[in-house]
Amino acid sequence: MGVLPEQIEALLETALVAELTVIDSGGCPVTHPLIPLYDGEVIYLTSSILFSKKLEHIKQNPKVSLSISDPVAVNTERFSRATIQGDATVDDSDLHEGWERVLPLWRKKEPAIDFFLGKRVALPLFFERAVIELRPRKAFLWEEGRTDRPPQVFHVEPALA
Amino acid sequence: MKPEPELLAKLEDRFAHAVIAFVEEDGYPMSVASGFRVDAERGVVTLEQVAGDAQPPAGERVNVVFSHIRPQPGIGYDERRYVSLWGALQPGAEGLEFFPDKVQHWDEQEMSFFEYSERGVPQAHRYLEQVSAETGREVRPKLAFGWLFLRATRLPFLTATFVPILLGIAVAGWTNGFSWWLALLTLIGGACIHLGLNVANDVFDTTSGADAANVNPTQFSGGSRVVHYGLLSLRDIALLSLGFYAVGIAIGVGLAAARGWDLLWLGVAGALLSFFYTAPPLKLVHRGVGEIVVALGFGPIMTLGAYFVQAQEYALEPLLVSIPVGILIALVLYVNEVPDRPADAKAGKRTLPVRLSKDAIVNGYAAAVALSFALIALFAIAGWTVRPTIIALAAAPLALPVYRALRDHYEEPYTLMPAMAKNIQLHLATGVLLIFGYVIALIADTAMTDPPFFLA
Repeated sequence: MGVLPEQIEALLETALVAELTVIDSGGCPVTHPLIPLYDGEVIYLTSSILFSKKLEHIKQNPKVSLSISDPVAVNTERFSRATIQGDATVDDSDLHEGWERVLPLWRKKEPAIDFFLGKRVALPLFFERAVIELRPRKAFLWEEGRTDRPPQVFHVEPALA
Repeated sequence: MKPEPELLAKLEDRFAHAVIAFVEEDGYPMSVASGFRVDAERGVVTLEQVAGDAQPPAGERVNVVFSHIRPQPGIGYDERRYVSLWGALQPGAEGLEFFPDKVQHWDEQEMSFFEYSERGVPQAHRYLEQVSAETGREVRPKLAFGWLFLRATRLPFLTATFVPILLGIAVAGWTNGFSWWLALLTLIGGACIHLGLNVANDVFDTTSGADAANVNPTQFSGGSRVVHYGLLSLRDIALLSLGFYAVGIAIGVGLAAARGWDLLWLGVAGALLSFFYTAPPLKLVHRGVGEIVVALGFGPIMTLGAYFVQAQEYALEPLLVSIPVGILIALVLYVNEVPDRPADAKAGKRTLPVRLSKDAIVNGYAAAVALSFALIALFAIAGWTVRPTIIALAAAPLALPVYRALRDHYEEPYTLMPAMAKNIQLHLATGVLLIFGYVIALIADTAMTDPPFFLA
């Protein structure tokens, strides 16, 4: 059992896409579809340096939200929608190989990633990647995906070290 | 950029829901899904009311995102697309009325992932510069040495050198006999000149801006891009190119000294054509003669040179047999130039696809292929080359899918990729069959006292 409510963890486990919202330098929200990966404590998202504006924004303002909204992209018995707010950090200490630590989680959702990784020579900059680590602080859950009803709200306790 | 009404009009068909993102009072962004309707003429997206605390703020600037993928179990997903809109929200009669004034979008069915990625290269460089500044050390992208060498030199294209050289050696083997050591040295020397050309091409495509302007590179076109991606510096590849040329020229001079100085003129012509293909002041490819230069260099010059090294004389037969090979290698360049033509035009490279219409290029391809195979048949039937070379006609059907792809997918660089591969196979298969024709003739001549006419 992780830091998030079980129902939200189930969504994170299978969601093929989630919407990460960051705040740009002008204070405006900017949302990016990304694959969410979750280890029970931290939500990981990776970003190629080709699409690295979001990384710049997170470094300037670590406050982010992640929304799981697409019923087609989630494989659970009971579909719900969830949004997780939290603080993100960017690990770009080793753009070439550092992100491979989340490869086992990524592989579970996109098995074809190994095929693409084998073609690294064709897309070298795509595989220069940073890892975004999102530590949740608050989560919202809309049962059955009904956002016309008030969500359940959860305040997240940080995991004990 | 304000969204076009056509883009808004398609939203309801292409996306099932919207996600509204806004910034809450505590400074954290909030994102919540909602149903939506579009009035494209008014430029308004009406979003369904959201309940509870996750209420988008009326009057404030928000981001509304529409995202779509199609799961592919066991693989991942495809049909990726998104539309991201920014604008103000206002309360309306039937929900929240959203007036977008800025848009960013991508649909992989409209713009390939490769092109989408290429358009991100300047951002990648900005980010690397920032990380370098933050860490106080230069951060560059990397690639394993073997892959980097393969990419920088475009090693697989060496078939363009091996075919004409082996053909020249095969003709010499038929007429005069041959030496394995001389054959090996010729191959190494020719390969070095070819690799020097490939890398020099990248040096000058980088400095002319052709690489940066090209957002549709493929496996077969658009150069190695190792400098454009920051994998190697301009100095690195300039030195690499010079190194290849130095080794190639040294081998050429050594062969000329050993086998006859008449070889030198052909070698000098080949090296100069190779270097000035993209190098100033001649920049032959910029002047619209790139295809002819390639046909000459990878046809008659290499075949005749390889023949001379073995036979110590020039002859008509290796010249004749090299003509279809030269035409077919020029056609490899010709087809590979099709996706590069917008970037080539910007960089001032007047290639045939830059100068001619689609119809002229497609018909030109068919005519050139027909000419190549007609020459092969004519030379073999007339006995100007050995008759078994007629088996090279078996490769001709490989041109059909290339012709069809050019005709049907001229504007689609990534759909053309299999055709580019097939076109390279056409050159390779034809060349190998021509060589095989000489091997058959040689074996028949060795095994039989009086071989029948069709084997000689």
